[in-house]
Amino acid sequence: MIKKIGQRTLALESAPALIQWASVAGKREMEGPLSQEFDFVTGDTSFGEKTWEKAESAIQKKAVALALEKAGLQNSDIDYVFAGDLLNQCIASSFGLREFGIPLIGLYGACSTMAESLSLASIFAASGCADRCAAVASSHFCTAERQFRLPLEYGGQRTPTAQWTATAGGCVVVAAPGQGSGPRVRHVTIGKIVDLGVTDANNMGAAMAPAAADTIKTYLEDTGTAPTDYQLILTGDLGQVGSSILYDLLALDQIDIAPVHNDCGLLIYDRQSQDVKAGGSGCGCSASVLCSLILGKFARGELDNILFVATGALLSTTSSAQGESVPGIAHLVHISADRDRPTGKPAARKGGK
Amino acid sequence: MEYLKAFVVGGLLCVIGQILVDKTKLTPARILVGFVVVGVVLGALGLYQPLADFAGAGATVPLSGFGNLLAKGTKEAVDSQGLLGALTGPLTAGAAGITAAMFFGLLVALIFKPKDKA
Amino acid sequence: MQLSNMEYDKMVKKYSPNSSLFKDCVWAFVVGGAICTLGQALIGLYGYWGADKLTAATLTSVSLVFLSALLTGLSLYDKIANHAGAGTLVPITGFANAVVSPALEFKSEGMVLGLGAKLFVISGPVIVYGVSAAVIYGVIYYLMGLFA
Repeated sequence: MIKKIGQRTLALESAPALIQWASVAGKREMEGPLSQEFDFVTGDTSFGEKTWEKAESAIQKKAVALALEKAGLQNSDIDYVFAGDLLNQCIASSFGLREFGIPLIGLYGACSTMAESLSLASIFAASGCADRCAAVASSHFCTAERQFRLPLEYGGQRTPTAQWTATAGGCVVVAAPGQGSGPRVRHVTIGKIVDLGVTDANNMGAAMAPAAADTIKTYLEDTGTAPTDYQLILTGDLGQVGSSILYDLLALDQIDIAPVHNDCGLLIYDRQSQDVKAGGSGCGCSASVLCSLILGKFARGELDNILFVATGALLSTTSSAQGESVPGIAHLVHISADRDRPTGKPAARKGGK
Repeated sequence: MEYLKAFVVGGLLCVIGQILVDKTKLTPARILVGFVVVGVVLGALGLYQPLADFAGAGATVPLSGFGNLLAKGTKEAVDSQGLLGALTGPLTAGAAGITAAMFFGLLVALIFKPKDKA
Repeated sequence: MQLSNMEYDKMVKKYSPNSSLFKDCVWAFVVGGAICTLGQALIGLYGYWGADKLTAATLTSVSLVFLSALLTGLSLYDKIANHAGAGTLVPITGFANAVVSPALEFKSEGMVLGLGAKLFVISGPVIVYGVSAAVIYGVIYYLMGLFA
């Protein structure tokens, strides 16, 4: 049973479970603070392939294969796979998942893709359309540079607001109620496009922060909850600049998320020692952070109630060249631990925990 | 002394480029276009050659020097060929640099593999 | 939360750090200056070997282009440029890097439409506008000659 509450939040009353997950990451991510959390890391970012695009497909393939293996499932156990990436026509997904034989729903949500795919997979599983779905997203630094910016060997300087596209991917298997246990998806809020006229394609955090603010505010209003009802509000890829702006934007509505907020783009790299400017980005950034550190903490009992808000910048090289601003979007997924609790209002955190 | 002059003048031209990089939204490609076109204009007005005479490579190695070279070549071609020189002059003057970049570009692309930024 | 684009722009500026102009300029000055000094040394060397002034200058350009192409192939040019900025952009080596890097990068899309076509993707405009400006100058110079 799925119920719409408030403006546009969906309450998944029979909450689907995230039964297994897997993350894949490249060299720079391996050198970062989450090295131990990833399921698969490699120093060879070509993943043994001839082109960078094939390498990114290999990331998706590996992430899905590992998640299925960890869950002890066959390809045929998955009813639908929701997948996306940053490349034109989403080729990393199409080619990475070509051989699985799982019905595919391809998505483009830029860096918000992991929340988008997880949202839809959860809705499918909760509605009875599917027993099990997989949600996947990936990005690769080199494919993104080639498509959106300049050749890799070109001598350019990054501005301090620029973010570093993660070479990474993540896959999570979502099961319908009764089909398995794990952290549960309780609510989903699909974001709307918010564009406050940022034209600097090197300042994605600023372009996406208003969308994140809008989605978070809408969700909190729809559910009648406060930021402190959650242990963590995890945005995907706002980086340092976007996170700071997000606090200010929400402060205009007297919402303070700073004490419980973190950002995937800030978690995946060590900004002091790794030259990534404002932080990480790319679909694979939030996908790999969710499918390693965050769900890992759920499994270890260190987390039990979070909001995952992945943000995307919906621009293309054509729109940028034509002088368009950068539209932002943010989708929200409320995940809480696998125990019976009335849906709607999350349990208040007990003191001393 | 000529080394010092080359260093300082060449360095200063790059500083102008850096200010454009940091303070404007101009992309590197636009800045390169700007330097060459400004070089052509200054060369046409006869203002760049004195700088080149003074600073040597400090003025000829930056792309504005390439622009000056195009202007100089065009002028000479018009002197010897008339109006047709306006069409033959520019690329004749720039031939060595452009052809070298194209040919070495092909060669390097064939030999090397692109690498990730480690 | 009704924010106009202009109000938001102010908020963005507040949190968006600027590049460190002084540090960038020092790097650009030193590296750019060094490349030009190398050029000067090459001119001297070719002159010493008996080349006339124009030939020495041309050989110097070609040598610098070659050096830049090689460093680009070895993935070193972009590493230097990360610090040097315009110091590696403005000299002719920057032009060569702009030719070589897309050629190398887009080899994976084939020899003709990949390498061959993309070779000019950054440097093409430089040639188009540089040559066109020179053509206009040539025509004006010719007309001025007629009426002089």
